[in-house]
Amino acid sequence: MIPIKQKEISTKESKGKDIRKILSQQKYLIAMSLPFVIWVIIFAYVPLWGWTMAFQDYKPGIPFSEQEWVGFKHFLKLFNDPMFFLALRNTLAMSLLGLVFGFTLPIILALLLNEIKNLTFKKTVQTISYLPHFVSWVVVASIVTQMLSINGPVNNILMSLNLIDKPKQFLIQPNLFWWIVTAADVWKELGWNSIIFLAAISSINPELYEAATVDGAGRFAKMRYITLPGIMPTVIVILIMNIGNLINIGFEKQLLLGNPLVKEYADVLDIYILNYGIGSGRYSLGTAAGMFKSLVSLILLTIANTISKKTTDIKVI
Amino acid sequence: MKRSFGDIAFDVVNYTIMIVIAIVTLYPFLHVLAISFNDSIDTIRGGITIIPRTFTLENYKKILSDPIIGWATFVSAMRTLIGTAAGILSTAMVAYVLSREDFFARRFVSGLFVVTMYVSGGMIPSYMLIRNLNLLNTFWVYIIPGLISAFNVIILRSYIEGLPYELQESAKIDGANDFIIFARIVMPLCIPVIATLSLFIAVGHWNSWFDTYLYCSYNKKLTTLQYELQKILVNAQLQLTSTQDIHSYGKGMKKTISPESIRMAMTVVATVPILLVYPFVQKYFVQGLVIGAVKS
Repeated sequence: MIPIKQKEISTKESKGKDIRKILSQQKYLIAMSLPFVIWVIIFAYVPLWGWTMAFQDYKPGIPFSEQEWVGFKHFLKLFNDPMFFLALRNTLAMSLLGLVFGFTLPIILALLLNEIKNLTFKKTVQTISYLPHFVSWVVVASIVTQMLSINGPVNNILMSLNLIDKPKQFLIQPNLFWWIVTAADVWKELGWNSIIFLAAISSINPELYEAATVDGAGRFAKMRYITLPGIMPTVIVILIMNIGNLINIGFEKQLLLGNPLVKEYADVLDIYILNYGIGSGRYSLGTAAGMFKSLVSLILLTIANTISKKTTDIKVI
Repeated sequence: MKRSFGDIAFDVVNYTIMIVIAIVTLYPFLHVLAISFNDSIDTIRGGITIIPRTFTLENYKKILSDPIIGWATFVSAMRTLIGTAAGILSTAMVAYVLSREDFFARRFVSGLFVVTMYVSGGMIPSYMLIRNLNLLNTFWVYIIPGLISAFNVIILRSYIEGLPYELQESAKIDGANDFIIFARIVMPLCIPVIATLSLFIAVGHWNSWFDTYLYCSYNKKLTTLQYELQKILVNAQLQLTSTQDIHSYGKGMKKTISPESIRMAMTVVATVPILLVYPFVQKYFVQGLVIGAVKS
């Protein structure tokens, strides 16, 4: 470590003339990173430049200088489109449901798993619960469709419990769609999302628990006064990231589980962009919608981050 | 220590919840498996749980003898192999360079990658880019645009930074250049994280269908297993709407609907490779993820 630091100082002192020396000394490092710097500029930054399309009446195939600039026309169009607001509503509805269940349940699971003293049992439950995370959304959607089919297990169970008198087609009921998506998401990610909280729990100093036991604290008291405060920083970081991603819930599950009958509840912003932007070739409108999404997500992240920094001194960015 | 009644009651409830979670997680998989081994006509009668009623291998024979599915499996396997190898190598090189405090452009390059975690151009600019680069309907669209994830770079970089730097220094004194140090000294020490990240990348490749849908739907030679399953699923979804007397959709639909059993066999085929690698890397990934999580 130390020689490197010294080298840094000496290069600062005699800047200019040493640039060539640095370049030759670090030529392998440069060779190992330059291709990927070019890659990241092309595949991550050129699309940002593509945001200019939102302010043009973009037509593919003609050079940038000849595109017609139209200012905020496409944003105005967007904000006057009822379909856009429908997509926004669906996105927010499903992401809030996802936040309520997809965020709290893994914390509860981690707390409960932590109370299991039989290690083999604990490990088995963990291994099983991580499994669906690795399966694709296509497969999960296929499984969900099967489970909810007219003669599938869910209908069979509800029938045998006399909760319904004839089998239902759950997937074509618009008012159930948000809940089905949320349930599928929880089923897929519950175990996986609990890992980070389990890791946080395991890094709590065990002496705290011993001291609490000596003081006569019961199980719930320990959970309430040691475990929960111990994992709070992790909880807040994950919460901030989830809030930043409220509008980026993805679209795979909605696209795969949706059908024409539940369209009004299934179309999220990305599906809107896909259908209008790429499907019907309205690139500028689609780009404007995408840009709106990115900006909202940055604003949400900043707000959550600032609030958290002020109140708890924890920040993500 | 004497256990109170409340304590025991809590344990009973807790263990019950865990068992329920395990059953709810596993049951759908077993159900799908049972249906895939069940006679496809018999399946329509319903009522199958986790044991096939009329055992048959026909569904699998049908799928595996279909040349399109065979080819799609090949493409999926190729993109997984090539994509994972290229992805992990690129990630490792970037992570190593960024772990070097003496690298002159460290802050700049690091910043370039970190920003991509928070802002992205979005679907349409990316689509236009890929179109302009003539990557549409080529195999490389599976490999190049998603080559590196900044998140993986950060995890690996944190891990490398945790290794003793003296090892690199003594290699340098012995005359090794930076690339040799990277390949011979640093990488072998990173095997646990490399294994974990490779698993993530490989799973991502095997599971992805949307890039085929968006970028390669006109080139039948580039279809993937997940995309074929997605097409079958879309038909099944449309079938749902048509059985409910929705004439507008019911009549227009002439495509053959795969019977449930075939669809489930296809689902199993698309899942099995994941289940095969899962136990091997499972012991690594929690470890690797925890290290990454704690560091970043």
